Amino acid sequence: MTDDELRIKSIHYRKNLLKYIKKANAGHTGGSLSCVDILNVLYNRILNVSPETFADPGRDRYVQSKGHSVEALYVVLADKGFFPESELETLCRYRSDYVGHPTRKVNGVEQNTGALGHGLAFGVGVALSAKKDDADYKVYTLLGDGELAEGSNWESLLAAAHYGLDNLTAIIDRNNLQITGRTEDVCNIEPLAEKCKAFGWCVEIVDGHDIAAMTDVLRAIPFEAGTPNMVIANTTKGKGISFMENDCTWHHRVPDDEQYRQAQRELDALLEGIES
Amino acid sequence: MRFEAGSELGKANLEVFSETLLSLARQDRNVLAVTSDSRGSGKLVPFAAGVPDQIVEVGIAEQNLVGISAGLASTGKIVYAVSPASFLTARALEQIKNDVCYSDQPVKLIGISAGVSYGALGSTHHSTHDLAALRAVNNIVIIVPADNFETAEAVKAAATMPHPVYIRFGKRPMYHLHGPDTEFEVGKSIIIREGTDVTFVATGETVYHALMASKAIEQKGLTCRVISMHTVKPLDAEAVLRAARDSRALITVEEHSVSGGLGEACAAVLAQAGLSLPFRIVGLPDEYTITGSQVEILNHYGISAQGLAETAGALLNS
Repeated sequence: MTDDELRIKSIHYRKNLLKYIKKANAGHTGGSLSCVDILNVLYNRILNVSPETFADPGRDRYVQSKGHSVEALYVVLADKGFFPESELETLCRYRSDYVGHPTRKVNGVEQNTGALGHGLAFGVGVALSAKKDDADYKVYTLLGDGELAEGSNWESLLAAAHYGLDNLTAIIDRNNLQITGRTEDVCNIEPLAEKCKAFGWCVEIVDGHDIAAMTDVLRAIPFEAGTPNMVIANTTKGKGISFMENDCTWHHRVPDDEQYRQAQRELDALLEGIES
Repeated sequence: MRFEAGSELGKANLEVFSETLLSLARQDRNVLAVTSDSRGSGKLVPFAAGVPDQIVEVGIAEQNLVGISAGLASTGKIVYAVSPASFLTARALEQIKNDVCYSDQPVKLIGISAGVSYGALGSTHHSTHDLAALRAVNNIVIIVPADNFETAEAVKAAATMPHPVYIRFGKRPMYHLHGPDTEFEVGKSIIIREGTDVTFVATGETVYHALMASKAIEQKGLTCRVISMHTVKPLDAEAVLRAARDSRALITVEEHSVSGGLGEACAAVLAQAGLSLPFRIVGLPDEYTITGSQVEILNHYGISAQGLAETAGALLNS
């Protein structure tokens, strides 16, 4: 698929995740919009995993540590054929398997997440297992920037470097916002790249909405033999919807009917822009 | 020579755990021990020397210990996560709840130096909450072995269990409680001594004290049933109900807080079955334990042959 085809996919993912958030009347709108381009590149270009190979011990693993952005994950998994998209009609409904955070009840989900600061340690374990078995699969985990205040992440950063896990990649969805406000105002994580380098990781910084740039970076893994890979993906919370962008109130807010129509119109306009 | 429970001193359950795990690891290279700077306190130095590729050290980082163990287990490794019970089940409770239990990754959590094993090191090091905390977490089996046999069997059984399990024990040498014909089954308690006046439902290292108490009581012409309730969850409710029907009084014993542990589990079974009999929960009260060795602390709170015999006497006379 071409870069433009993936850009079109990203817009459809956005349209869909808004559709199901609206339908469920629940969801983490801002963060799903900020990370969906990262998921797009991972699932359509990088990860060696499919519904047919999901039980294969040699598959690549994706673990979404920022579990709250589950709607982005669900629409991408549906698009990849892990389950029929129509099942998302039940998102967050009574007795649905499609819970508001990822669970292994859903085909394609590797690990139950939602409490923050858990995905990276799990990824370290999987990557370590691959090393022990001399297997060549890779492990990717997506973390939020606000999530980095959880101390468990820093335990995992130490361990991954200690074991030289160059098959492990942590991608930070650096949208600069968390539920309360700016990450830098809540609990400063900068200088993030320098911190991660000091912890023994190889760090690349990329525009988390630039399909081509992310593809180049993720295809260059491992950045350095024997060193775990950190990708700081600079993103915009609420990306693609003018009135949601950079507004932390959209962390888990559902658009009203008019807002929903306007959001879809804006996305349709973006779609026309690419297609023409 | 005929076997008599409680007459011959064995090894520390900790040591038996370590030997059993090494033996399992030698048979299957997928068996891993994950430690948080706990290989010494876990008696895993011989393990590390014997199968160096099968020990994973994560440093003093219990949250990471459990999270990494979940990741390893997700790939088919048979993972024993070994750390002092106190830190494992408090510091890493969220990892146990989510990464292991909710995600159903079959990690074998091993809580070493459990209860008040650390004695005078104080309440930071005691695990008097672990059974209560984990009983309220879905999808985990809780085993508290009483002697070397139960420990070896539990550690072996854990290897093939498809879901999470927590096993906790102490570090002092334990008396043998089971003869050569005893069968161990997870979830099924073992009667060590038969009697009808009082039943002790005990777990872990306190089973020995219950047995010694029963011998003292029997000198007064009364008889006691002593049950080793090695599996605290799922509880062998049938054995508790049978004991309540067969006995005049029932006493539970545990090296754990009286809140939320074995005793309250048994009380719930009895009350919901509509059974009422003289009943006591013996354990650690709702206070920070007094300073002392493990034995001194247990004695202080009546978890001893003498203390339990006195409790039984008072209960029968009440």
